[in-house]
Amino acid sequence: MDSFAASRSRVVDMRDAPGITLDRIHLNYADQPLFADFSLHIPGGQTTCILGPSGCGKSTLLRLLAGSPHLACAGEVRFASRPDACGQVSWMSQNDLLLPWLNLLDNVLLGARLRGELRERDRDKALSLVREAGLSGCEGKLPAALSGGMRQRVALLRTLMEERPVILMDEPFSALDALTRLRLQNLAARLTQGATVVLVTHDPLEALRLGHRVVVLGGTPARVFETIDPSGPPPRDPGDPGVTAHYAGLLARLMSREGE
Amino acid sequence: MNVLRPMILALGFLLLWQAVVSLSGVPPYILPGPLPVGQAVVTHFPALARHLGTTMAEILLGLTLGTILGTLAALVMIMSPFFKRWLLPVLVVSQAIPVFALAPILVLWLGYGMASKVGMAVLIIFFPVASSFYSGMQRTDPDLLELARIMGARRLKVLSVIIVPSALPAFASGLRVATAVAPIGAVVGEWVGSSAGLGFYMLHANARMQIDIMFAALTVLAAVSLGLYFLVDRLLAKLVFWQPQGGIS
Repeated sequence: MDSFAASRSRVVDMRDAPGITLDRIHLNYADQPLFADFSLHIPGGQTTCILGPSGCGKSTLLRLLAGSPHLACAGEVRFASRPDACGQVSWMSQNDLLLPWLNLLDNVLLGARLRGELRERDRDKALSLVREAGLSGCEGKLPAALSGGMRQRVALLRTLMEERPVILMDEPFSALDALTRLRLQNLAARLTQGATVVLVTHDPLEALRLGHRVVVLGGTPARVFETIDPSGPPPRDPGDPGVTAHYAGLLARLMSREGE
Repeated sequence: MNVLRPMILALGFLLLWQAVVSLSGVPPYILPGPLPVGQAVVTHFPALARHLGTTMAEILLGLTLGTILGTLAALVMIMSPFFKRWLLPVLVVSQAIPVFALAPILVLWLGYGMASKVGMAVLIIFFPVASSFYSGMQRTDPDLLELARIMGARRLKVLSVIIVPSALPAFASGLRVATAVAPIGAVVGEWVGSSAGLGFYMLHANARMQIDIMFAALTVLAAVSLGLYFLVDRLLAKLVFWQPQGGIS
């Protein structure tokens, strides 16, 4: 058990997790202004959930944070520790992006392999993460032999293996069934503790369960409609007052805006 | 069932062949029946085997060389935008030239021996391999490339770990096409000028009105080509196990 605890605390060192500031961002997508003079601060070492209807630019926002070279934008993205995203972020998307020709363990180790610095230490760490995620015995299985929930767990482990202080998640659990989703949310909340997590979702329950802060985004160009800091530490139970106090209201406001 | 179906198909084909011969009454010097052709295969087996050896060597050499060259060309184009800009139009335009029309020139340049036939096979194998592999690599999931970028991946590692394996299913279909057309290249080369090989043997028999031998050579060629194709197909399905299978039935 000691090695589990050690590995977990090593995933991210809380002191390293920087806050991120988006400063007066202008960005067009297909000739439509997606962001115009958009500013937002994302606190370090916490989970910020960005909630909004599809097409409101929340995925683009995440790509912006990841430093995607394909986005032409004006304005500034500042990481508190270093000037840019380089080497600080890891990425998890809705699509698990597992390589079908690599087995589970090799998929978890993808980052180290791509950097050409795969060490025995990485293998040990990956194995203990695999154990912690309840995937022991499946290390040699190919992605095709795994269920959707297992695949997404592997994607989560691959993200954690990077040991980056900032973790960007783009609707990571939206393709899963309700129960699997709840389990994975708990696992993710536990394993990403201390990192600066930006999680994009269109599910208010997910946002309220996982976010230290929930930022509701909408409109074109996008703006922040409201910011909620639910009480209590995540992951919150679906029946937790921190969730129930906001859920119905949040859902109602999202629905009324979709109708606008 | 999987073994039975081809056997039934083959049997049906033989019956149809025999029926055409019996019902139409075509003379055997136009179309001999399956039985005389079968007899010819047995009687002339030593000669057929010798010529088959030559043709197979040409096919396999052409397939190997053509695949290597096609793969290299695709890799060079994907790695270097400079080469891509110059090589891609050349490749596309080269396909407008009827390759078979080059056969006499190849024989002129490379001689009557095996080299001109291998050259012919290489020419027609190169393009399907190069173009399928290249477009397969180009179609690599952009999200995977973005993931690799965020991970701080090295360029060559992205190529070997992500891009090339992503393209292998496309490469495999190119190689299947190449395997199917390789015998055509070899035989056409032999027709234009040679002293050995099944294509040569066919022409030789044709000139002597030994139509049964001609058909025997054709039968052997078809059987061996089919065998080679299925061998390559099975092998690729095993090696490139992540290619989509049987999407539309």
